[in-house]
Formats: sequence, structure tokens, C-alpha cells
Amino acid sequence: MSSSLAGILQIVLLVAALAVCYKPLGDYIAGIFTSEKHLRPERAVYRLMGIDPSADQRWGTYARSMLAFSGISVLFLYLLERVQHWLPYANGNVNVPPALAWNTAASFVTNTNWQNYSGESTMGYVTQMAGLAVQNFVSAAVGIVVVIALIRGFMRTKTDRLGNFWVDLTRVIVRLLLPFSVIGAIILMATGVIDNFSATHLIHSLAGSQQTMVGGPVASQEVIKEMGNNGGGFFNANSAHPFENPSAFSNWFEIFLILVIPFALPRTFGKMVGDNRQGYVLAIVMAVLWLTAVGGISFFEWQHAGTALHAAHAAMEGKETRFGIPGSSLFAGSTTVTSTGAVNSFHDSFTAFGGGIALFDLMLGEVVPGGVGAGLYGMLMLAVLTVFIGGLMVGRTPEYIGKKIRPTEMKWAAAYILATPFSALIGAAMSLGFKTPRASILNPGPHGLTEIVYAFTSMANNNGSAFAGLTTDTTWYNTAGGVVMLVARFAPMVFVLALGGTLARQQIVPASAGTLETHKPLFAGLLIGVIIILVGLTYFPALALGPFAEGLH
Amino acid sequence: MIHVNRLPALVRQHIAALRALLVFTVLCGIVYPVVMFGVAQVAFHNQANGSLVSYNGKVVGSGLLCQEFVDAKGNPLPQYFQPRPSNAANAASKTDYGCDAGFSGATNLGPNNPALLKTIEQRRAAVAQFNGVSPASVPPDAVTASGSGLDPDISPQYAYLQVNRVAKARHLSPSAVHALVAANVQGRPLGFLGEPTVDVLVLNIALDKLSSR
Repeated sequence: MSSSLAGILQIVLLVAALAVCYKPLGDYIAGIFTSEKHLRPERAVYRLMGIDPSADQRWGTYARSMLAFSGISVLFLYLLERVQHWLPYANGNVNVPPALAWNTAASFVTNTNWQNYSGESTMGYVTQMAGLAVQNFVSAAVGIVVVIALIRGFMRTKTDRLGNFWVDLTRVIVRLLLPFSVIGAIILMATGVIDNFSATHLIHSLAGSQQTMVGGPVASQEVIKEMGNNGGGFFNANSAHPFENPSAFSNWFEIFLILVIPFALPRTFGKMVGDNRQGYVLAIVMAVLWLTAVGGISFFEWQHAGTALHAAHAAMEGKETRFGIPGSSLFAGSTTVTSTGAVNSFHDSFTAFGGGIALFDLMLGEVVPGGVGAGLYGMLMLAVLTVFIGGLMVGRTPEYIGKKIRPTEMKWAAAYILATPFSALIGAAMSLGFKTPRASILNPGPHGLTEIVYAFTSMANNNGSAFAGLTTDTTWYNTAGGVVMLVARFAPMVFVLALGGTLARQQIVPASAGTLETHKPLFAGLLIGVIIILVGLTYFPALALGPFAEGLH
Repeated sequence: MIHVNRLPALVRQHIAALRALLVFTVLCGIVYPVVMFGVAQVAFHNQANGSLVSYNGKVVGSGLLCQEFVDAKGNPLPQYFQPRPSNAANAASKTDYGCDAGFSGATNLGPNNPALLKTIEQRRAAVAQFNGVSPASVPPDAVTASGSGLDPDISPQYAYLQVNRVAKARHLSPSAVHALVAANVQGRPLGFLGEPTVDVLVLNIALDKLSSR
């Protein structure tokens, strides 16, 4: 079988698996949040938290609970990193220095998992599992509950209540993330992902020299790293590391884990607002753009343009033999359109246009399908913008899912759409403007510019993948990066919850002849157009000076 | 006992947040990974501990990690199949085949980087000379560093290219070594996932067994 045919078949199998999961998983997630019943372990958790599960919160209270939880999380993770040397299973690692600890704490709490460190030589096992992996669970859960609160804004009428943050958070962990992680971890273990507490040690190799052997509780962390769209590798090489991703099958399964929840959430939305067609249309828009990205990256990686890659006869620099071009391109296209940022091959060594598409994926704002929860609320914001533009064309007050999109709603949507590019471009511009941050660039020419643009676009979109040649464990990148990740994660979330709050207060507007039908192909086309134009207008200069300049040279 | 309800809302929220984080730290950060560790050690003992491989009863490496087969000067040993170039090495390393699991990672050199171009051209010439083949026949995986620096595999093409050199160094018949490679080619999982591979350490162990027969 030819490599390209095999590559197409693995995409077909992936699409089929996601399609099979769409309805049952989407409905299951909807059920988690619409069920009246608290499970017994959940009631125990509420008692330990000291909260009243029957309290229904206003959007502001919901947002403040979310911010309090995330703020405490940053502090806790920071402190854990700063004292890890004195904890058991430190594996010889010292306490993480302040700037790096700050960056890492901000990074994992924001679901970004940007890493300015090598896991195997920086983080002890307790930091990994009780610090970083815990945030892999809870930061993913926070993303999901925020979109659920927004969906309640569409569902509910004449109320100022959006649900209970603590209940939603607990339920998504207890009913979705933990049980699915147990199953996923067992599958990963069977493929060869390690799970032990052995310290780093030496063994005698076959040729008589010594070889370092590393260990760690990896499988339990690997599964939530992918499924929660976190992406922070246990080891520096992330999912290229054979102990994190041992085979072409584990590779396919990890890509499946990355995509399964984000692609099921549109169904959850359709189910909860009582119109499944609204979910299908969003899922199809997501799938079209995701598959276009994967197809584009695969095409350019097969072409292997570039002087160095041409000399090698294939774009295999930074790629693993067992995944090859197809398995690496599929992973790259999937990790960058979700907010995962795990990598099984190194984007800095991709072709100019292959790496450029990965960068473009980040610029899409992580909505096709985007991160768990965050992707869907981003997409809903863009849907709101699309019906608004559609309304302008015909001169009517736009509506979406029976709610009017008035100036108040548009203000929150516009603020949302501006927050991410603002953080990304300011961060990149400042790094290019100063000499020291500029000195962190590894590759010469336009490629070096792309490294910096990629870094801040990745951090601002809470993705976490990198053009990793850039040296980022510096005071500037640690500090500024931490600020960018926090602002670009939590400001949009507050805008989303505010929109949910205003929507919930409205009555349902009955659909009329003038209503734009948002379950039809026309709307899907308009939505795709809005996404592409918005990104184009915002980022085109950066793309032109980076990947385009390099690729067309 | 503090009367929580009398405190301002902002303080109450942060106390709830701290308690929630502690609960989830115990649940997701201690109970869950320790239980999964137990499952791994019982049900998948070999995989969970790194898929270790042995020769003559001694552990000599992991079937999932590449290993260097070089002399004291860092030159490749002709009697062993060679893995891909590796960037996983400490600064003092003299070899292009680091495979040091303490330093996993890629070069991150760009597609048009002149330094990468030069390295690839040098490797192509060196691999061709080492194996006595034409430079054009050297496959891509032989001249590029992997993503992890720990890639255990090479392409079947690169493995077959090394057969004559290995056979000569070991005074074995090329056909016997060729047959050994053929027996060690792993096809794509499910027939279409990833690419066909040859695990270099596993192949070299089989080779040592063949030689000692």
C-alpha cells in the first residue's frame, strides 16, 4: 500500500470514529448538565467544598467563582513547583526557579501547556501528577463549564441565573473526564506508554556503553493531556517521545482523544437548545476547516519544499519513522485546530507552508473544533457575529437560537473577538521590538519572525505548541508569556459569561420569514467566510512576512 | 469554628475555591494516578516499565528507545545497524547518534536553514561512504534527526542499505543478514497506520544472537 493511500485511510477511520461518537457522547455531555440528580460521590465533594449545590448563580457570581478557582490554582501550582525538591519522588530535580514556575503555573491553569522546560530534567513526579496533571483535568473542565453556562443563556428565558459553577465543575470531572481517562489510560498502557515511579537511572547498553532510562507516571497523565486539549508533555519531546506515543496505533488513538470531545460538543449544544440541526451545522463547519488544514499540511509536507528538506529527499527532520509524513501531518493539523498543542513532530522543521498552516490554525482562534468547551464558545461567538453581519445585509435585527442580537450582545462578542489577537500581536510586537527577546530566535530569515509570531499566537490562543527553536526560558518570555496566557484565557471567558447573562434575560423571539436560518448550508458558508476573513484581516501582515516570505522565496 | 456564611462573598468564594482544588488534587492528582499505576503494574507490567529488552539474561535497553552503537570516539560501529541521527545528547557528546533519554528533543532547524542543509549533505556523504553505496540511494531517515531524538526505528530501506556493511564486518553471508532484516520489518498497524519500521535495537540483538551461534 502506498504511503499516501495509507494516510488517507487513517483520516477516514478517524472521521468515522468521530462521527460514531458524535451523537452518544454529545447527548451524554448534555445529560451531565441537565440532570437534576446529584450522584453520591458528587454530594460528598460538595460537602468537602462547603458549597450549596442548589444555589443558581448570576453570570457575575459564576465568573467570580471561576476566577477564584483559577487564581487559587495558579498560586497552588506555583508554590508546589517552588518546593518540589523537598517532596517525595522529586527525581533529583531542584525547585523550579520563580520566573519559570510562574510561566508554567499560568500555562497549565489556562489550559495552554506552553512549556519553557524539559519535563524529564525539571519536574518531579509529584509536581507532574498532583500539580500539572490536576490542572489538565480542572482547566479542561473550566473550559467546558463556561460554554455550558453560555448555552444556558440560549436555553433560559427571563432569568439572571446561569447555573452553579461548582456543581458544573464537579460533574464534568466526575462523570466525563475521570471515567473516560481511566479507559483511555488503559488503552495507552496496552500500546506501551509507561506508568511507573522509577527514578532516572543508567543501564548497560548492547554495545557496552551506558544508557539513561527515564520513568514516571506517564499513561495516566498522557490521556488527559490529549483528551482535555492540554498538550503539556511529560517529557520534552512530548508525543514524539516513544514512552508517550509508542506506535502508529497509539498515535492515531491520541489524535482521536484530542478531537473526540470538541467534536461532540456541538451536539451537546444542539441537544440543550432543543434543535439538533444547530449542532450539525457547527460540527460540519468545524470538520471542513479541520480537514482542509490536515490536507494542506499533508500536501506541503509531501512536497518537502526548502533547501535543507530537498537535500534530505523528504521532510523527515523532526519527524518519527513510525508516524511518517501522514501520521505527523494529521497530528499537526489536529493539535493546532484544537487548543491541544501536543506535538508528535516538530513544527519548526516543517516546510514553510506546512508550518504556516499550523500557524494559521492557531490564528483561526481555536474554533474548528477548538479546545474542549473553549472551541464551542468561540464558535458561538463567531456565529453571533455571522448572524449580525447577515442582519446588516437585510436590515433586520439579527437573531440566533431565538435570542435577539442587540448592541449589548454584539459588544460582548466584539470584545471577545478582539481580546486574543490583541494579546498575541502586542506580545509578538514587543518581543520583536526589543533586542534581548529577538536574540532568542534560532533560525535565520523570515523563519525567525515566524518563531516569535507562532509563540505568542500559540500562547494567546491557549494552544501551547511551538516553533520550538525559539529559546523561551528567559525572564522576558516567562513573564510576558504568563501574562498573555492569563489575559487571553480569562478575559474572553468573562465576555462569554456576560453574553450568557444578557441572553438568559431575554424572551424567545419566534422565528419569522425574516429570520436567517442558522441550520442551513447558506449559514455554514457565511460562517466559514466570516472566520477566514476575520483571521485574514487580523493576521495577514504577520503571515505575509513569515511563512509566505519564506515559502515563496 | 469559622462561620463561613458571615464572611464577605469574595472571601467565601476563595475558600470554596481552595477546598475545591484540594479535593480535585486528591482525586485527580493522587488517587487516580496511583490506581492507574497499580493497574499498569499488574496488567501491563512489561509496557509500564518501558518495554525493556534483554540479551543473555541482562536488560540491555528499551525496545522503544534508540541506542548508540559507536566507539569511544563517537564513530559508528560497522558491525551494528545504525539508528537515525539524534539530537538527544548532552553538550559534551561527540556523536551524531546521542539517543540520550535524559535529553529528548529535536533540532528545530528550519526547512531552509543553511546549517541544516550542510549537516544533511555531510551525513549523506558519510552514510554513503560508510556503507559503500551511492549518495543518492541514502534514504531520508538516515540523514535527518527524529523529533524525539529517541526514535527506535529506521525505515526498511535504510536497514537493507546497511546489510552488506554489517555482513562484511561480522563475516556473515549478506543473504543471512538480509533475511534477518526482512524478519524484523514491522508493517503498518492495522495495515494503514503510520509507516513500516525496523527496530534497530531489537534487530541488533537478533544479529548478536546470529553471530554467536
